[in-house]
Amino acid sequence: MYFLAAEGGEAAHNPIIPAWEEIVVGGIAFIVLCFVLMKFVFPRMEQTFQARVDAIEGGIKRAEAAQAEANQLLEQYRAQLAEARTDAAKIRDDARADAEGIRQDILAKAREESDRIIAAGKEQLAAERATIVRELRTEVGTIAVDLASKIVGESLADEARRKGTVDRFLSGLESTGAR
Amino acid sequence: MFGQANVLAAGQAEFPPSVEDFYLPSILPWGAHDNYWFTKITFMVWLAVGVLILFFLLSYRNPKLVPTKKQWFAESVYGFVRNNIAVDMIGHAGVRFAPYFTTLFCFILLTNAFAIIPFFQISPNSHIAFPAFLAVISYVMFNWIGIRHHGFVKYFKNSLIPPAPWYILPLLIPIEFFSTFLVRPFSLAVRLFANMFAGHMLLLVFTLGGFAMLSANAWLAPVSVLSWVMTIALTFLEFLVICLQAYVFTVLTASYVQGALAEEH
Repeated sequence: MYFLAAEGGEAAHNPIIPAWEEIVVGGIAFIVLCFVLMKFVFPRMEQTFQARVDAIEGGIKRAEAAQAEANQLLEQYRAQLAEARTDAAKIRDDARADAEGIRQDILAKAREESDRIIAAGKEQLAAERATIVRELRTEVGTIAVDLASKIVGESLADEARRKGTVDRFLSGLESTGAR
Repeated sequence: MFGQANVLAAGQAEFPPSVEDFYLPSILPWGAHDNYWFTKITFMVWLAVGVLILFFLLSYRNPKLVPTKKQWFAESVYGFVRNNIAVDMIGHAGVRFAPYFTTLFCFILLTNAFAIIPFFQISPNSHIAFPAFLAVISYVMFNWIGIRHHGFVKYFKNSLIPPAPWYILPLLIPIEFFSTFLVRPFSLAVRLFANMFAGHMLLLVFTLGGFAMLSANAWLAPVSVLSWVMTIALTFLEFLVICLQAYVFTVLTASYVQGALAEEH
């Protein structure tokens, strides 16, 4: 009221009454602004925000997948390693068993061979002894007969008698040796 | 302001300032009074619209996932209104109103800012036509949203009948009707208009007061200087008011929309 009174005179303005021309101009300007910003700018911002969220979430998902794959590989390697260890232990055991077997075989063969050699030696010795005994017997007989005929003379010239005497003597010798 | 400068240059500064200082002569036709189609005020409105459109279109011409500085700035303006006003007030459903709220916020903020930008130094919002138009949009918007969300009858039942004992309803319903459907658009418009009007008036009083005292008596020069220092201080205050009023208008609109969407009263 004070303003109106102070002004007086020509067309006084009342600040609380809008000028309709300004409403029209302001309205058009604001609607143009709304149209452009709400149609071309802010929806694209929402899209960008969404794309950003997707990118971050996708990154997290990819990292999780990689982590899972790495874990799976680790498990696999561990399993393979454990398997390899078992295999190695088995191979070592087998080798040990094989070596033992081979040693036993070799020992057995060696023992057998030595037994055989010993037996062959004994056999040969026995055979030689028998030969020697046989030769000695003939020789001893001849020598004894020669000696006896030298001592006794002609009386022992008879074949049959000579034979019996020598055998009797030798048997006596043997029994004396056995005793 | 041009008129003001002429007046000051001619050494005939009027004091005290009056309402007529808000109604500058028109630009086209030059110097005409009571012709509002193309004045400094409407020019500033168009300028604000042009600047905002250019800024947002240029900074969002080629959006990237990793934003440039300009894109980041545009996004943070939108993000501020979207997250701190729309989503905070309305909840997740508020996202679809965020584009309008951001446009509203930017428009009010920039047109308010003309109040303290040198050579403009008056806000279009100190003419009630512009706040009134914005308030009418907010009014139509929240009613339309409420009716579409609840249906006509349920919306008015929700808004008018508070959960109260029956015998107090005859008192409450008229109050609710008055506050929701009559006062809201008016208070929205007047709050913004009056703040910008008073801000401009204050700056005028202290600026012109300095000149008035100086021309009245040379001995009053120190007081004139004090008056102009006050002008500078009040300009900072005005800056606060500019931001606050833009925020308040947007928040209130969001709150009305939230009220219209709410299930219970």
